[in-house]
Amino acid sequence: MAKIEDRAPAPKGSLNDEIGEEKRLAMYRTQVVIREAEQRAYDLFLQNLVKGTSHLSLGQEAVAAGFAVAMKPGDLSFCTYRGHAHTLARGVEISKVLGELMQRDIGLMRGKGGSMHLTSVDHGVMGSYAIIGAHLPIACGAAWRAQYKGAKDVSVCFFGDGTTNIGAFHEALNFAAVWKLPVVFVCENNLYMEYTPISDVTAVEHPAADRAASYGLPRIVVDGNDADAVYRTALAAYDKARAGGGPSLIECMTYRYSGHSRADPAKYRPEGELEKWKARDPIKLYRERLKQFGVGENTIMRIDTEVKREVDEATELCKAAPPPSLDILTTDVYADGGFAWRN
Amino acid sequence: MAELTYRDAVIRGIAQEMTRDPDVVFIGEDVGKAGGVFKATVGLYEQFGPVRVRDTPISEQAILGAAMGAAMTGLKPIAEIMFSDFIAVCFDYIANEFPKSRYMSNGQVKCPLVVRTGNGGGARFGAQHSQSVENWCMMIPGLKVVAPSSPRDVIGLMAAAVRDPDPVIFFEHKSLYATKGEVPDGEIVDTLGSAKILRPGKDATILALALMVPRALAAAEKLKSERGIDCEVVDVRSLVPLDTQTILGSVARTHRLFTVEENPRLCGWGAELVSIVVDEAFYDLDGPPVRITTPHIPLPAADILEDLALPSVERIVERVQRSLNA
Repeated sequence: MAKIEDRAPAPKGSLNDEIGEEKRLAMYRTQVVIREAEQRAYDLFLQNLVKGTSHLSLGQEAVAAGFAVAMKPGDLSFCTYRGHAHTLARGVEISKVLGELMQRDIGLMRGKGGSMHLTSVDHGVMGSYAIIGAHLPIACGAAWRAQYKGAKDVSVCFFGDGTTNIGAFHEALNFAAVWKLPVVFVCENNLYMEYTPISDVTAVEHPAADRAASYGLPRIVVDGNDADAVYRTALAAYDKARAGGGPSLIECMTYRYSGHSRADPAKYRPEGELEKWKARDPIKLYRERLKQFGVGENTIMRIDTEVKREVDEATELCKAAPPPSLDILTTDVYADGGFAWRN
Repeated sequence: MAELTYRDAVIRGIAQEMTRDPDVVFIGEDVGKAGGVFKATVGLYEQFGPVRVRDTPISEQAILGAAMGAAMTGLKPIAEIMFSDFIAVCFDYIANEFPKSRYMSNGQVKCPLVVRTGNGGGARFGAQHSQSVENWCMMIPGLKVVAPSSPRDVIGLMAAAVRDPDPVIFFEHKSLYATKGEVPDGEIVDTLGSAKILRPGKDATILALALMVPRALAAAEKLKSERGIDCEVVDVRSLVPLDTQTILGSVARTHRLFTVEENPRLCGWGAELVSIVVDEAFYDLDGPPVRITTPHIPLPAADILEDLALPSVERIVERVQRSLNA
């Protein structure tokens, strides 16, 4: 069987099938928001306006868009340090994300978390976790609460291929399967952990999907550059979780265009690999599909233009915004709002 | 009033809180059907059922991670880590996840949970099942840390910990499970961050925690009856928040300070307390503060070696007497 990355995604369905035009336009828009905001974050880093580190999802937009658009309000997202995309995909304002990266008072956490810890509880973004694997058990806990309370929300946990080799991944998968928790584990396999190809350090070909059988779960590999395919897979997993059918483990094949983090020029890639993946760029493919399905050029261009303007406006808003006020240094260590450890 | 073991106080404390609040749930390895390896959770599974008292796989990261996810979204979990030594395999949650989520999210995320764990030596279990590791947790901003010494305090501090909106690490001492104490009837709710003067005295202050409390009390009795030295024994009870007022007040009266710590020497909790007293009450002191600790060694298994390592009544007596006579 040919690898997913060697195949052109087959257009399946029609504009008014079970996905429908509205969801498709939402997925297109979400992908463009992520692409433009991530590119802007990179540019701002080159201008020394984004400090610290940042881990971009350029090239991986369809995974975030497909899973987020398939969610219901109240569903919960748990992300990694590569979490800008999943945060934006839940509808968090671009200025709050860029503001956090730029360490401004209008940032999502007023500069106290930074790029790797984006959190917006109001949007169901329950945190971005920078210790590999840590959030898989945490997502299990949120799902356990839903099960205990009889709530119908699903906890969705995103992570990279490198996570599949850490203990917490295996503990969480077994735990979720044994307790039949409404949690969906999403591995974004972009072929590299940090610098090392995941295939060099993993005993199986598909680092997540080939482990599913160990936890009594079906093997699911999806084309992560095809938002429709991602959406359909996500919806099936959410439905199963809401119906009490327990967890799912989904491996999405995709590719990151940039290095691991801002410090990485990604010189380790074989020649031609990046170009091959760019030929099946998720946004380009989706734009073509929408046109094929009869969506007008004007509709697509309007979305592109609107998003570019939103990102420009957010950038200017952040540039003009003040840094965090110094008095927040010691706030919110404890629930009383402060950091007192003694009387 | 009834006499209860420390072990049965754990059961009563958890049951009191589970009865009060249906969002209190309890998970851990062998805690349900088996009643816990220390038999400190016997009957809870029968009383509250398999949905609220749930056995887990041997997956300490999953246990603490699940407790955190549940706490973030509205439950009040109590999670057991069987031996406190095992905190080392799930330290990410203790060090990086529970205590930092509120701060990093600028107050958006809450983490009201209790981790209860069997701590301390005296059971001849050797170096990986005997440590006192409360100091590992004391140093982490965002955590609260308590270690009760009596059945009454177990119940009261358990209630305070479960009702607290922050993550609390609750250290039960394994060698105290069989000890007994008077416990009043009805609901008991204590306060985190309050030390207790268990024995008033005028010549020296002895600060102790958990198993070291009964040893400090016994040493104080001997010092009084055999040497005429009158020691005040303070049960610190809560390392974070820390009741520095009670400690500083005691030193202001006695002018001498001793800590009795089960932690190995380096960075034991007593070092921090001594530093606070020296910073803030130096001129109240009539002599150098003295830390009585386990040496900087892993704990041995053999009884005569372990007994030599942990601070004993005799060592406390000898050390206090030597200092006061100097």
